[in-house]
Amino acid sequence: MSVLAVAEHRRGDLRDVSLELITAGRRLADATGGDLDVVVVGGDVDAFADRLDREGVDTVYTVDEGEEFNHEVYADAVEQLHAELEPTALVAPNSVNGLDYVPAVAERLDVPLITDVIDFEAGDGIEVTREQYGGKVETAYDVDADQYAVTIRPAEYPKAEASGDATVEAFDADVADDLGTTVNGFEEVGGGDVDITEADVLVSVGRGIEEEDNIPLIEELADTLGATLSSSRPIVDNGWLPKNRQVGQSGKVVTPDVYIAVGISGAVQHVAGMKGADTIVAINSDPSAPIYDIADYGIVDDLFEVVPELIEAFGGEAPDV
Amino acid sequence: MKVLVTVKEVAEVDDEFRISGLDIDEGSLEYDLNEWDDYAVEEAVQLSEADETDDVEVVTVTVGPERAEETVRMALAKGADRAVRVWDDALAETQFLDLDAKAELLAAIAEEEEPDLVLSGVQAADDTNGATGVALAERLGVEWAAVVNAMELDADAGVASVRRELEGGVEELTDVELPAVLTIQTGINEPRYASLRGIRQAQRKPLEVYDLDDVGLDESVVDSPVERTDMYEPESEGNATVWEGSPEDTAESLAEFLRDEGVVDA
Ligand SMILES: Cc1cc2nc3c(=O)[nH]c(=O)nc-3n(C[C@H](O)[C@H](O)[C@H](O)COP(=O)(O)OP(=O)(O)OC[C@H]3O[C@@H](n4cnc5c(N)ncnc54)[C@H](O)[C@@H]3O)c2cc1C
Repeated sequence: MSVLAVAEHRRGDLRDVSLELITAGRRLADATGGDLDVVVVGGDVDAFADRLDREGVDTVYTVDEGEEFNHEVYADAVEQLHAELEPTALVAPNSVNGLDYVPAVAERLDVPLITDVIDFEAGDGIEVTREQYGGKVETAYDVDADQYAVTIRPAEYPKAEASGDATVEAFDADVADDLGTTVNGFEEVGGGDVDITEADVLVSVGRGIEEEDNIPLIEELADTLGATLSSSRPIVDNGWLPKNRQVGQSGKVVTPDVYIAVGISGAVQHVAGMKGADTIVAINSDPSAPIYDIADYGIVDDLFEVVPELIEAFGGEAPDV
Repeated sequence: MKVLVTVKEVAEVDDEFRISGLDIDEGSLEYDLNEWDDYAVEEAVQLSEADETDDVEVVTVTVGPERAEETVRMALAKGADRAVRVWDDALAETQFLDLDAKAELLAAIAEEEEPDLVLSGVQAADDTNGATGVALAERLGVEWAAVVNAMELDADAGVASVRRELEGGVEELTDVELPAVLTIQTGINEPRYASLRGIRQAQRKPLEVYDLDDVGLDESVVDSPVERTDMYEPESEGNATVWEGSPEDTAESLAEFLRDEGVVDA
């Protein structure tokens, strides 16, 4: 079998997940001793090809079309290269952009797609592992098909580091020139007065807090500890805290000495932003919450009982909530 | 203008739960409107309310059993005009609906309704595939944009100007030609609570139920090369030290730890 992996880049930078795909893709190809090919579409494709030339890659295909990601260009290019190479597995990142073109490509190629794969075993077809129900359970799926597509969860596989001796080949894709989707630019969001990435200690509040009126309880805890207040996404979505407080995939990546997660379940997109903390403490009443997979210390109890006690342990006074 | 909103009833798992066979035991599940779809419904209803000519119809489509009607009524109570639900014994009997099946079922309805705009959630909270909206767009042969956290519609020009929320606080500013499928991200608006009046009105709004035959499909829609073979609670990767005792005790353990770490001097 052979594997075709699609690299991802943005605003001039190859994203780490591209190198992770090489590790995953190689593992998949090894199962049957097949080729691993990588394709990069758009941007400075030659420079990207250089970086994608890692041990285990057979050919890097470059498609010199456009600067930035456009799902139509990607879908056309990947579909056409796929038709030429006929790989068993199409491998792409389970990123925001990955999910913007891979489902369309899979539809066009009429191959089954499994997204957000965290582990796999290739044989006849492939058996994949994913998470379900907010990470509380894992499920295994058997894909019985000659060709299939998977998107791989970022940061699950190590980056391929060792340089390789891949052939680099330009692929001439026939891309629709009348694009119905036009990317006009980018904007950075989430600036503001507080930079949570600078904090040594973060007290982070999640949906377990239930109501906006209860936020002062966690604010008081942060104050008492001399820590900075951050949050999971729903708190920001609800407008209870500003965007610059959000930790996670679409917020900030933080690496404090201590991260205290209060009423946060530990969804993958949240964990992406805080797993680099030195010490993680969770206060969550649900013992099966995935936050406990990465926590160093935990209190499995009602935050409304524990947090006031904690504030008082430091001589503070818990607000009535 | 017609806006079609895909609405899924998702299963939420209790803190204490059991797995029976290849799924969570029914007794450990509660059902609710998918969080992402709630935002999609709100976005559609706001479009309808903002339109002075009162010319925007909001239709919801759900693939789900009769139980899901509670969720569908909730969307109607929040302001959708009418609802379509597709279900069939063949769907009920299958282990799970794969991506292809969902896209095919939704496409059958969309082809009938011919909406100008389809709003989907970015993902369903229970199986987090995150792929249905885009697969649907491709099936319909229309444009799309995934993970939209702001949108402005120019119906005359037939363009939706959207922001796609990428990783790391970067947003992509993109124009999408209509008709299109947009997958809606949480935070794009503030979903309303259904009012009592809305809930009353919802009871009288049309909710059509179709089976496979009605939508021009047959049982082969559930055929899938993908089979679930296992479901289990993952071995905890971490080895968290869990402090035990009363809230006072556990808080004191944490306080002690924080003092030892030098987080607080007191
Ligand atoms: C494209 C995309 C990007 C995303 N980006 C981000 C991101 O950047 N950051 C982010 O955080 N999320 C992000 N998400 C959302 C993510 O999937 C989750 O929905 C979110 O992280 C959940 O937040 P939460 O843990 O606060 O809420 P929940 O998952 O609802 O968890 C609440 C937790 O509180 C606990 N709890 C409830 N009551 C109590 C109590 N009284 N005492 C103690 N514990 C209690 C519960 O047991 C539960 O575990 C993104 C999702 C998508 C699809």
